[in-house]
Amino acid sequence: MEKTWNNKAWFLVTPVLLLVAFSAVIPLMTVVNYSVQDTFGNNEFFWAGTDWFVQMLHSSRFWDALVRNLIFSFVILLIEIPLGIFIALNMPKHGIGVPVCLVLMALPLLIPWNVVGTIWQVFGRVDIGLLGHALEAIGIDYNYVRNPSDAWATVILMDVWHWTSLVVLLCYAGLVSIPDAYYQAAKIDGASRWAVFRYIQLPKMKRVLLIAVLLRFMDSFMIYTEPFVVTGGGPGNSTTFLSIDLVKMAIGQFDLGPAAAMSIIYFLIILLMSWVFYTVMTSSDADA
Amino acid sequence: MARITLDHIRHAYGPNPSSEKDYALREVDHEWEDGGAYALLGPSGCGKTTLLNIISGLLHPSHGRILFGGKDVTDLSTQERNIAQVFQFPVIYDTMTVYDNLAFPLRNRNVPEAEVDRRVRDMLEIIDLADWSNRKAQRLTADQKQKISLGRGLVRNDVNAILFDEPLTVIDPHMKWVLRSQLKRLHKQFGFTMVYVTHDQTEALTFADKVVVMFEGEIVQIGTPAELFERPRHTFVGYFIGSPGMNVLPARLEGSNAHVGAQAVALDHAPDVKAGDRIEIGIRPEFIRIGREGMPVRISRVEDIGRHRIVRAEFEGQPIAIVSAEGEDIPAEARISFDPSAVNIYANSWRIGAKV
Repeated sequence: MEKTWNNKAWFLVTPVLLLVAFSAVIPLMTVVNYSVQDTFGNNEFFWAGTDWFVQMLHSSRFWDALVRNLIFSFVILLIEIPLGIFIALNMPKHGIGVPVCLVLMALPLLIPWNVVGTIWQVFGRVDIGLLGHALEAIGIDYNYVRNPSDAWATVILMDVWHWTSLVVLLCYAGLVSIPDAYYQAAKIDGASRWAVFRYIQLPKMKRVLLIAVLLRFMDSFMIYTEPFVVTGGGPGNSTTFLSIDLVKMAIGQFDLGPAAAMSIIYFLIILLMSWVFYTVMTSSDADA
Repeated sequence: MARITLDHIRHAYGPNPSSEKDYALREVDHEWEDGGAYALLGPSGCGKTTLLNIISGLLHPSHGRILFGGKDVTDLSTQERNIAQVFQFPVIYDTMTVYDNLAFPLRNRNVPEAEVDRRVRDMLEIIDLADWSNRKAQRLTADQKQKISLGRGLVRNDVNAILFDEPLTVIDPHMKWVLRSQLKRLHKQFGFTMVYVTHDQTEALTFADKVVVMFEGEIVQIGTPAELFERPRHTFVGYFIGSPGMNVLPARLEGSNAHVGAQAVALDHAPDVKAGDRIEIGIRPEFIRIGREGMPVRISRVEDIGRHRIVRAEFEGQPIAIVSAEGEDIPAEARISFDPSAVNIYANSWRIGAKV
């Protein structure tokens, strides 16, 4: 059959292209513009070439933040994914428990990020916070303002509290889509609880788990608001993740060139990692 | 292998059933022989699947007991009952190969691997998937998947019974026929008790030694295909079995005559009925002769379906179906006569009569 060319499609696509251009491409180009120039104010710019990129890639400050951020993402994935699966497996499938659990699960997701930060900032305070005070009362020396490992524990706990629900909801959606006949057949086949999980539930959850891992990785790799509110990146630089460092550099020190270079490297890393995740996880789907 | 005894089984899905209507299964009290092939036949929602799930142990009956070979298994789990069941839609383990799918029920029961291999290879031959054994099960067609489901049930040859819940719904007609004959052959070979749920009468009649007809949560008749055809115990059986189903006409009885409207139908005996019973006569379309003699009918339509023709007509204001042989003359002023020995009498929908 002859392919029909129809230019009307442009009419429908153009508004979207324009919107994306204004919201993403043009700001991104501004950043690219800053990253290859230097300025001393007065709107005067000098060509800097790849200097800022070279400087960034040789800066230990950048690498430290990157490693911290990778560890953070890895740890929260390691906790949130299994925990989310575990909770989803134990959620009720029928009756009044379903809406109750779903609403409870959705609550943390509805709270604005800076409010989450504030909640945990107060919650963990040794003088007035419930958590901090209680830990101190039972004799545990806890202070997220002074002790880096306490700061890390608080930030990770906060992220788990905030985002495990997302994993739970995604997994739960995967689980309820499994027809009863599968469980019945497994009973008939004499499958153990583990075999049911391994051969029925996990394969059916695979697609949603892929989305959960991707979303949680990207989000945690770009995390800013919550740790900024709770620890402000401290004590020292111990919880300074990439985005916090970026903001410090761009707005705190007004080093626009290096900050722009860092933004672009940061952006490429996320793009690359997401692509790797996606390719690895979908390719296991394709082999037959 | 076991004889299955259903001892006054009743089941309601909701808690605290108060009236008969609350029961999905009203009362089933029957014994099914060891090695028999039974078909559970009935319309959707008549309790077939409920009964099947009670036998397999996926459901616990609200009342009554179930026995395998005289042993009470009511409180035993599905695993302990040693039952195989095949479901309406294929259930396969996506991530496993065809081979592993078939081996799964055996490995779960700790069968030695050499024995697993022997039985799985046999089963692959039987279901004709030997060339596919190392393929992932995920990408197979629906009927291949359903063959795997069947194979997983059949691979355990020591089961007490194999239950089929409309297993051939998703299979195309030709494949259906092939699989049905394979099942029949396997049944002969292994001699397991087989219970087969279906709403397709052809499937039930060709497959089973005994057909169990269910209607509104009750078993209305258990019989051989011939019994169901010639002597339906309930008007529902008459209507449900046969294509087209039995003609059921309201009637009045007078001695050995049944009056339908202004016409008298001769019977071969004088049935014994109580006053006040709702009387109907049932006659299969195959036992009505159409010609120039007998009682007048008004023909509304003739359907030619190849082997014979189905005449749709109006008899004393009632719709009636008549089967007429191909090439037989159908006059414009048609008249019909009934074969007296083929007329069944029903009081309140249940068959009465001298002959059983």
